[in-house]
Amino acid sequence: MQRIMYREAIASALAEEMRRDEKVLVMGEDVAITGGVYKATKGLLDEFGPQRVRNTPLSELAIAGTAAGAAMCGARPVAEIMHVDFIGCCFDIVLSTMAKMHYKTNGQISVPMVLRTQQGRGRSNGCTQSQSLESLFTAIPGLKVVIPSTPYDAKGLLKTAIRDNNPVIFLEHKGLYQTKGEVPEQEYLIPLGKADVKRFGKDVTIITYSKTVLMALDAAKQLEAEGIDAEVLDLRTLVPLDFEAIRESVTKTGRVIIAHEASEFSGFGAEVAAEIADKLFDELDAPIVRVCGSNIPVPNATEPELESAPTVAKLVAAAKRVCEGGIH
Amino acid sequence: MSKDHKALGLTRDDLIKMYRTMYLIREFEENAVAYFKQGIVIGNMHMYVGEEATATGICYALTKEDYVASTHRCDGHLIAKGVDTKPMMAELMGRENGICGGRAGKMHQSCPEVGFMAANGVVGASISQATGHALYCQMYAPGRVAVAFFGDGGGNQGAFLECVNMASVWKLPAIYVCENNHYAISTSVESSTALGHFWQRAEGLGIPGVLVNGNDVLEVYAAAKEAVERARRGEGPSFIECDTYRFRGHHEGDEQTYRSKEEVQYMKDHNNCLITMKKYMTENVGWTEEEDAALIKSVQDQVAESVAYGMAGKPMSAEDMESKLFA
Repeated sequence: MQRIMYREAIASALAEEMRRDEKVLVMGEDVAITGGVYKATKGLLDEFGPQRVRNTPLSELAIAGTAAGAAMCGARPVAEIMHVDFIGCCFDIVLSTMAKMHYKTNGQISVPMVLRTQQGRGRSNGCTQSQSLESLFTAIPGLKVVIPSTPYDAKGLLKTAIRDNNPVIFLEHKGLYQTKGEVPEQEYLIPLGKADVKRFGKDVTIITYSKTVLMALDAAKQLEAEGIDAEVLDLRTLVPLDFEAIRESVTKTGRVIIAHEASEFSGFGAEVAAEIADKLFDELDAPIVRVCGSNIPVPNATEPELESAPTVAKLVAAAKRVCEGGIH
Repeated sequence: MSKDHKALGLTRDDLIKMYRTMYLIREFEENAVAYFKQGIVIGNMHMYVGEEATATGICYALTKEDYVASTHRCDGHLIAKGVDTKPMMAELMGRENGICGGRAGKMHQSCPEVGFMAANGVVGASISQATGHALYCQMYAPGRVAVAFFGDGGGNQGAFLECVNMASVWKLPAIYVCENNHYAISTSVESSTALGHFWQRAEGLGIPGVLVNGNDVLEVYAAAKEAVERARRGEGPSFIECDTYRFRGHHEGDEQTYRSKEEVQYMKDHNNCLITMKKYMTENVGWTEEEDAALIKSVQDQVAESVAYGMAGKPMSAEDMESKLFA
């Protein structure tokens, strides 16, 4: 095991897959010389050269569209959109080309590409460079959506995403790139559609993903001191959704908090809550509670930027509230 | 016709093939309209009638291995690229034996086995797709090229600037073909497009750009041949604006209040690629009325077979509709 940063795990996954398969290429703004603004493609240019590590013009539509067009012919591009907020500039490609090609051609053409981007608060980047937009993608049939929280997950999931024959939206978090974690030296893959219990507990399940997982783990530590044993379930991939993992955890705890940084209204948590209400109603001992982003653009100043999203304190308070009726 | 076929390296047989392709597109589409009016063909019908020389001239410069990305007005591109008209007609009828099993319909057909990658319901989508196909050719299939067909509507999408610029910088083997049929639904080129044309934009993007008579198949072919050879040599993309005209409305049912009946009639009388081609062949390669009648008969038979094939197919049912979301 080695301890590496999230961004190093991404670069390492890309390098391994590029060594394995010459059809894998990387393209995006500033991905080559500087290794990307978050350094997640660092070192690739030196090893693989400018044909396979392509700096693009500042043209998101051309980046996503060209990657999709190349993937339709059999390439396996990993295209980077610098901030998820820029997806508006190329959304047609995601919506109409990437998501629909395999279905509408009756399986004749697939789009085996990964669209990497990053999202989230934490750098005072303001309202158009801090959003969390995963539910834009999960609302479109035909896309897989991956959203890892740790270096280990990021590497194993990215490698699998590159090998997947479908378009995969790979959502990193700008606040995670410098976080460190254990990553094996030997090769490994993590299947898409498998959630991961990041902390086992018996009293309440916190269903979450991305950077909010780290907050949930901190909250669980505090709750332990108060006699509440929280389970933290990291979904890791939103599409396909591992509902069996949710079932297993909720059946055990009977109490659910769903937490994410994206706005609560129409957020992915609404889908999870509806699924649980539909299928696990009899298992619930308390109403489902959501701890999510406020329904406002992300403010720039530090306090409202952080207070408009889940915090450890909010998670602790929510867990106490759902456990008020007594725990098993 | 402004070009001499011999100077372009074309034989009498080549001319016959081109003429037959143009005739087939027209006959196929006129049948599609007739069956649409009976409710057998379904969907939003954007016909290519009048523009056949453009698809034919461009695709005659391509091989099966080259890639084409197309528009909502796509039948001509499919047929010229060599797609079988039987499953095409079945697709227009929403049948399981359709080219995409009935899932795609007219605007979304694909036939990758002959390099026809995708027709698109979103105007301008072909531009980025073909740029990607060209990137694939450059990196993994050198010698192949990719063509983007788009209309005067698509030429004003942002995709044009972003993708042609990138293709120029990267010297991708792409050919951008703007079919200027003068109207984006009701919006005329004069009222929507600076300079009234597109070809001049190529200079600003550092690639060759030409304006050709899109109703003259030899002129279109000549421009395509040059662009394709340049792309195959690794010298980068080219831009061809084909000045053409659709004889029918934007879609079937279009009242066409934006143009006069006289204008349409004038174009039908003076810019009918089938008439011009027949005249050229009669005058230059001894094309006879008997040969003409035989060719028309063979086209009519092929389309009739295609209609019969489609009608014999089972309509796509809801039973299988959830399958193949993912590969």
